Amino acid sequence: MSEQNQNQNRGKGRGPGGFGGGGHFGAPVQKAKDFKGTLKRLIKYLKPHTLHLVIVLVFAVASTSFTIAAPKIMSKAMNRLQDAYMAKMMLEKMSDAQKIVVDQINQQMKQMQQMQQMQQMQKSPSASTNMQQQQSKINPETAKAIQDFIKLPMLNTVKKADQKADIVQKMLDLGKKMPQAKSNTKNVKLTKDQIKGAIKAIRETNGKYDFHYIGNIALILLGMYVISAIFSLIMGLVMSGVAQKTVRDLRREVDQKLAKLPLKYFDNHPHGDTLSRVTNDLDTVANTLQQSLTQIITSVITIIGYIIMMLTISPILTLIMLATMPLYIISTTVIAKRAQKYFASQQKELGDLSSHVEEMYTGHKIVKAFGQEKNSIERFNEINKNLYSAGWRAQFISGMMFPLMNFVSNLGYVGICIVGGLWITKNILGLGDILAFIQYSRSFTMPIAQTAQIANVIQSTVACAERVFEILDESEEIPDSQDAKVIEFPSGEVKFEHVDFRYNEDVPVIENMNLDVKPGHTIAIVGPTGAGKTTLVNLLMRFYEINAGKISIDNVDIRDIKRSDLRKMFGMVLQDTWLFNGTIKDNIAYAKQGATMEEIVRAAKAAHADHFIRTLPEGYDTVLNEEATNISQGQKQLLTIARAILADPTILILDEATSSVDTRTEVLIQKAMSNLMKGRTSFVIAHRLSTIRDAEQILVMNKGKIIEMGNHQDLIAQGGFYAELYNSQFTGQNLDSEIG
Amino acid sequence: MFRLFKFTKPYTPMIIFVLIFVFLQTLGDLYLPTLMSDIINKGVMQGDNGKIVQIGGFMLLVAGGGALCAIIASYLSSKVAVGLGTILRSKVFERVESYSLHEVDKFGTATLITRSTNDINQVQMVLIMILRMMISAPMMAIGGIIMALREDKSLTWVLAIAIPVLAGVIALIASRMIPLFRRIQGKIDRINLVLREKLVGIRVIRAFNTVEHEAKRFEEANVDLTENYIKVNKIMAFMMPCIMLVMNFTSLAVLWFGGIFISKGSMDLGALSAFTQYAMQIMFSMLMLSLMFIMVPRAQAAAVRINEVLETLPGITDNENIKNTFSMKGFVEFKGVTFTYQGAEQPALRDISFSAQPGEVTAIIGSTGSGKSTLINLIPRFYDVDSGNILIDGVDVREMSQETLRAKIGFVPQKAVLFSGTISENIRFGNTQVSDDDIRHAADVAQATEFIETVDGGFEHEIAQGGTNVSGGQKQRLSIARALVRKPEVYVFDDSFSALDFKTDARLRAALKHEIAEATVIIVAQRVGTVRDADRIIVLNEGKISGIGTHKELLETNQVYQEIVSSQLSEEEIA
Repeated sequence: MSEQNQNQNRGKGRGPGGFGGGGHFGAPVQKAKDFKGTLKRLIKYLKPHTLHLVIVLVFAVASTSFTIAAPKIMSKAMNRLQDAYMAKMMLEKMSDAQKIVVDQINQQMKQMQQMQQMQQMQKSPSASTNMQQQQSKINPETAKAIQDFIKLPMLNTVKKADQKADIVQKMLDLGKKMPQAKSNTKNVKLTKDQIKGAIKAIRETNGKYDFHYIGNIALILLGMYVISAIFSLIMGLVMSGVAQKTVRDLRREVDQKLAKLPLKYFDNHPHGDTLSRVTNDLDTVANTLQQSLTQIITSVITIIGYIIMMLTISPILTLIMLATMPLYIISTTVIAKRAQKYFASQQKELGDLSSHVEEMYTGHKIVKAFGQEKNSIERFNEINKNLYSAGWRAQFISGMMFPLMNFVSNLGYVGICIVGGLWITKNILGLGDILAFIQYSRSFTMPIAQTAQIANVIQSTVACAERVFEILDESEEIPDSQDAKVIEFPSGEVKFEHVDFRYNEDVPVIENMNLDVKPGHTIAIVGPTGAGKTTLVNLLMRFYEINAGKISIDNVDIRDIKRSDLRKMFGMVLQDTWLFNGTIKDNIAYAKQGATMEEIVRAAKAAHADHFIRTLPEGYDTVLNEEATNISQGQKQLLTIARAILADPTILILDEATSSVDTRTEVLIQKAMSNLMKGRTSFVIAHRLSTIRDAEQILVMNKGKIIEMGNHQDLIAQGGFYAELYNSQFTGQNLDSEIG
Repeated sequence: MFRLFKFTKPYTPMIIFVLIFVFLQTLGDLYLPTLMSDIINKGVMQGDNGKIVQIGGFMLLVAGGGALCAIIASYLSSKVAVGLGTILRSKVFERVESYSLHEVDKFGTATLITRSTNDINQVQMVLIMILRMMISAPMMAIGGIIMALREDKSLTWVLAIAIPVLAGVIALIASRMIPLFRRIQGKIDRINLVLREKLVGIRVIRAFNTVEHEAKRFEEANVDLTENYIKVNKIMAFMMPCIMLVMNFTSLAVLWFGGIFISKGSMDLGALSAFTQYAMQIMFSMLMLSLMFIMVPRAQAAAVRINEVLETLPGITDNENIKNTFSMKGFVEFKGVTFTYQGAEQPALRDISFSAQPGEVTAIIGSTGSGKSTLINLIPRFYDVDSGNILIDGVDVREMSQETLRAKIGFVPQKAVLFSGTISENIRFGNTQVSDDDIRHAADVAQATEFIETVDGGFEHEIAQGGTNVSGGQKQRLSIARALVRKPEVYVFDDSFSALDFKTDARLRAALKHEIAEATVIIVAQRVGTVRDADRIIVLNEGKISGIGTHKELLETNQVYQEIVSSQLSEEEIA
């Protein structure tokens, strides 16, 4: 499994980019081990940006307060519109009513007069009784009312608002006593409170739309909107660098830390894991700082502001609004719990699916060779089916969240509409107030949902940050001693004196090892695969610290030499060729910064790499791709050898270096190597008997331990493991020839 | 991306229902402000409390109905979207399984894995978003406009200006952001690459003392990424204020002009309130749509990658008229075979002719890049030849089915690949029909029993993914056992003993000799010791056969072979 894949696997388990991850409601949340401590530590990294954050805070408060206040101010305009509307409607209707009533009264009066005249003319008894009846009907009070009513000036002729209001008031008062008026004023279907309000409105607005007032409010709002937008823009611009720079610093710190960590760390931690911490985890931190930081600020201010504004409009409506909150909490927690279950099983199936895919793709050749495509597809479809059934459930449950929240929000909305409507009729609130309140309450759910989400986001962010801090907290290499010695012209004498070494406390790898390597000698390290032959490299180059004893070069303890100076003396060609994404030239020159082209070519020629390099389309300027797949394994090996040759070291370490180079090329390489090895102390980890036999000393390793030591003759004579190993080569061939 | 949506065909009825339910839900959402306007006009303005409560109750019903519709829509859309993901995954996987090695090489395993998993998830997520939000957004916008028109025509021009302005603002900002997002992805890849190289090459870096150089490389990538991020954030900072400004101005315009219309008596208060809310709903749905513009390009890239896989046809398919009858058994013959890797300038193999018979061992030896592995990869038809023929049992490999062909071959690769599962499952991979005894026997021959018995569970020991819990030599022995249980006519060993120590190598070859005496054996090797007793040694040099013969013959006549031998064996061994 390549590093990249490991990384992907880890990435899948959590954080944004994962399946159904990132911001999806109900998706599992990563928890930190020490939430408080990590959070505090993370906040420390924001310290250099305190000024920026304060600016952001100030502008956030300012910008949000404007946003909060705006609907309230707008409601004033709306209220004024409503007042004018009501007043105008009242006046129009009253004016109509007045006309009708006055007309009626006038008509009645006329009738009465006519009747009186008729009576006088006819003097008929029947008429007189009729008249009496009529007169008896109109009691003095009513008569007075009618007289007063008629005396009122016509509404449409009056100009002054107060006068109009008085007239309407009187009309309504008198109307109660008058039969004609009663029937007519019924046109105005309003409650007592509304009438009161309407009359007040008439007094204030004179039944006219006060566009001067509304215009002023509009202008104020316009200004507020623009200022708020500018503030929020400034906030965004100031904030834009804070999160990224914080994370950049963190990334840099991790990188610097990695340079100081002992090799032990890299051997014990999968690369994918470390990689994912520096990229995925830090990315999550960056996103959170970027988005959530401002969101928290604005959301909290908004919530508080909205509650205050709603309270100022109506405490009782606010209560109705807040009464829906428990519903939110209950519905979201219930759903989140169920969703989490399905997300977890989705995650499991996805993990299974990914590993199946990864295995089948990396083993494509084998699957093909053994004709297992059908079985592989069958197994895939099986997992895929399980993934489907877990997947749609997870999506469905988490998808229910929004409609449910919307429904709860609508419940509040309807409640406010009903109660608010009733209150308008009682003239407790204006229409503008209700509209403003609705606007507040509808926008209220957004910051609430945001803060709820942010709580989750912060949790997983802190968990991510914690993983990064874990790297920063790893113990570093022992620093180079202050009075480090420098070996000017190293001869390459290497001595091991009573060296003890163990990777794990309880498993000794090397015990009391003594070795004296004279300058120019070759030490062969042999043993079966997995015998731990790289251990020696680790100790010589001081990648690992020995537990006891002393390793010295030219009689200087390697712990007294600066690591950089120590390693300069070594040239090594490792089993796994390491080349980076760059040109072949740069890769060879890696060992010696600033090497000239001639030197590079000379080294390449010595490693017999020059020929193949020149056959490449771009020659030395050919860029090796990411996995260096554009050249073969053997060619890669040649390049690393060229690199080692260019470094011109005192001591050579060849770590199975030529095992994947074919035999014919190896002939050439070995010629170059033996030239290179002349005058240099060499540690060779090799399989090839010819190399081993020529070595001055052979270290035989098995199961991580050095079990035998000596030259070829000695070891054969000893009749131990080495002898058996050596003889098996011929035994095998003897068997072959016997059978063949 | 929309090309991928053709795979939603089986879900067409469901999608129609999603549309209907989303439509109903949108209607409900839109109806609420109308009802509120009714409360104002019919209830509040008329002082009719009964009516207020009555309409309010109706509003509750509408809200509840809307929620129900939304939940049903969510149910269906989850099934559709996850269903699409499932279908796509299955299609992609089946397609990749049908690929020849050439297509897999061309893509690269890592990207194929990403394409089969993460990329499909991306598309699935976007489809969910589309079904949940993007469908309802235009409905909301159109419905809102219709309702707004119904309430009042005279104010519509406010929307006629506001909507295009908002759309323009969003489009402008998005068009600047999307390319930057793409560039950022590149920078992230870069930082990943640098870091991965550092981790993998930590020993080299320390050995060559280039820590500072590496720190500089990382720092450059780090600063570059940060600067690009900041650039995007700066553009992003304009997004919300601009959108809010447009929306606020719209509501202000509605209030002001609405007021004028009311004063003229051509509009009533209820209509104005409803219109304000419609305007907000329309603008909000526009905002949702704009989010999609940010989401879709990300999935777009994924969709393109998936399509590439689906559009790449396997280079090797079975011939229509397949010959599956054979008169011979175990005969392999190369007749003037020339083969060029796609994109390569020169052929990797040129004019290769030889034949191998049952009971014979044919060894292939040669330098790096001489075409040894290429040659044997042609036998199971992992690649097709340019010219010439490869005949197995007298039939051209292109004329028989791949299944029949590969059933004849026991292939042991250079790099032993094991799968997660037990040891016995891994061996059985070669032949699902075999008994436990057969497996044990194969393991014995492959010299694997010894180590199998020392691990927990023996044959039931679980191999970790990628076979990380067994050593290279153990892996090779298991992969040999896997080929053995197949009991094939032809064995192909591609340098399969390289990770074994001399001792095991020798024992294994001795045991194999008995086991596969009847079969044809073709073996690629580095060690002369492995090949010296072969019936026929083919010496490859730069893609051409430099000599064929026995060890002794070649030693006398072939210079390339002489060089190889002299590098490995001492004088007495050569003799």
